[in-house]
Amino acid sequence: MSLASISILAGQGRDGGVEVVRRIDLVPGDTLAVVGPTGSGKSVLLSDIEQLAEGDTPSGRRILLNGRAPERSPLGLVATLSQRTNFVIDTNVATFVATHAACLDKPGEDWPNIVLGLANRLCGEPIRHDDPLQGLSGGQTRALMIADIALISDAPVILLDELENAGIDKHAAIAALADRGKIILTATHDPVLVLMSRRRVVMRGGAMVHLHERDAAETLWQERLRGLDEIFRNARETLRGGERLTLGGIL
Amino acid sequence: MKIITLAGPPSVGKTAIIAHAIRVLLAAGRKPAAVKFDTRSPVDAERLKRDFGIPTISGLSGYLCPDHYFVSNMEEAMDWGAHQEADVLFVETAGLCLRCAPHIEGIPAVTVVDCLGGFDVPTKMGPMLSCADLIVVTKGDLVSQAEREVFIHSLPRNAPRAEVLPVNGLTGTGVRAVLRWLDRQPEGANAASARLRHDMPASICSYCTGERRIGRVYQTGNVEKLDWKAAP
Repeated sequence: MSLASISILAGQGRDGGVEVVRRIDLVPGDTLAVVGPTGSGKSVLLSDIEQLAEGDTPSGRRILLNGRAPERSPLGLVATLSQRTNFVIDTNVATFVATHAACLDKPGEDWPNIVLGLANRLCGEPIRHDDPLQGLSGGQTRALMIADIALISDAPVILLDELENAGIDKHAAIAALADRGKIILTATHDPVLVLMSRRRVVMRGGAMVHLHERDAAETLWQERLRGLDEIFRNARETLRGGERLTLGGIL
Repeated sequence: MKIITLAGPPSVGKTAIIAHAIRVLLAAGRKPAAVKFDTRSPVDAERLKRDFGIPTISGLSGYLCPDHYFVSNMEEAMDWGAHQEADVLFVETAGLCLRCAPHIEGIPAVTVVDCLGGFDVPTKMGPMLSCADLIVVTKGDLVSQAEREVFIHSLPRNAPRAEVLPVNGLTGTGVRAVLRWLDRQPEGANAASARLRHDMPASICSYCTGERRIGRVYQTGNVEKLDWKAAP
């Protein structure tokens, strides 16, 4: 479906008080981080979007598509990716990617090559065409799922639920999704992921209590944390590859 | 009273969906009731009664075919629901062998499937899918987006007239869309004259009535043999 905007209209928190943040509008390419302690209502907010709440969920929120209440829940609006997501079918990477493209009527292109090209930019360990899905590492699995969502899936909205420590280049992953004109909401405790979004909504007691925009100071923090994240990932790949860390890498 | 039949393979989350729906309906001041047909254990119905205090009744088919048992009791189940002054009656069946469908003309029919069984499950399921008005897909949170999309795209081929809605049986996400769908469905039919959407398979051999000896000489009734003469 063609989606120009999605809007979140306030409901109430668990104590019944109205939400401070009254409305959030998101357009293609936007990313919104959802932050707050465990139990603050992050998953409920994502769930409201997934089922296009009409004031009939516990939060009382409403979700508008293109500025209007949708008549029916359009299937295929939302793609989701969480820590719990796994591949369950028993096949190899190339067959799997080709099957997905074929069922969405996208023939003609060399989809396995295209998807693996992106997946392998997100993840240190190369994924090969004939690797069995069940044999992929956690990082390879996440990288392949993100590349597949970015390139093949038609869903215009992506919900990422607690995708930390996935062992992938998070910055490149979010950029790949946003570049395809997706609207991305990411519920996370990871500061790199939080600051990657220009805006973030703060959840407390089931309610949206602040909508922060990344300022100049936080942009500096973002660059610093991204550098640290890269150091961390490089060290992981070096040690995993059986190599030794050298002083040159840290001084 | 709105009546809704729910069918689907074991452990796909039929009862979980009913529980989430009941929670939402009760919060909205509605009066749901549930009939649960099962083979052996009444625990699901007891749990619904305990958790929500709504009228529930459990029918155990024991050694009978649970689908035949379900049809034989459907008219009484609808009378019971009316007697409870329910405004929504959930009728859940055990649905084990996938040869038939418990769905009835004029009564909203829901079939529940999960994403975990692989891409050829829809082809294996037959009438239970093709006779459904709504297919609810569960456990989508456990598989990749691509698997979910391939699975959901394969459903309309096998059930051209059905709507498809994803529901998370653990959190209840999606159950409101099911209830919005139910609001658009007609009120239940008159059971005395209503017809099944698909015939039930024959089930009239000696094993249906408790025979345990496997020898040829003990087999009576509608016994069908593979073509053993043609076997290599």
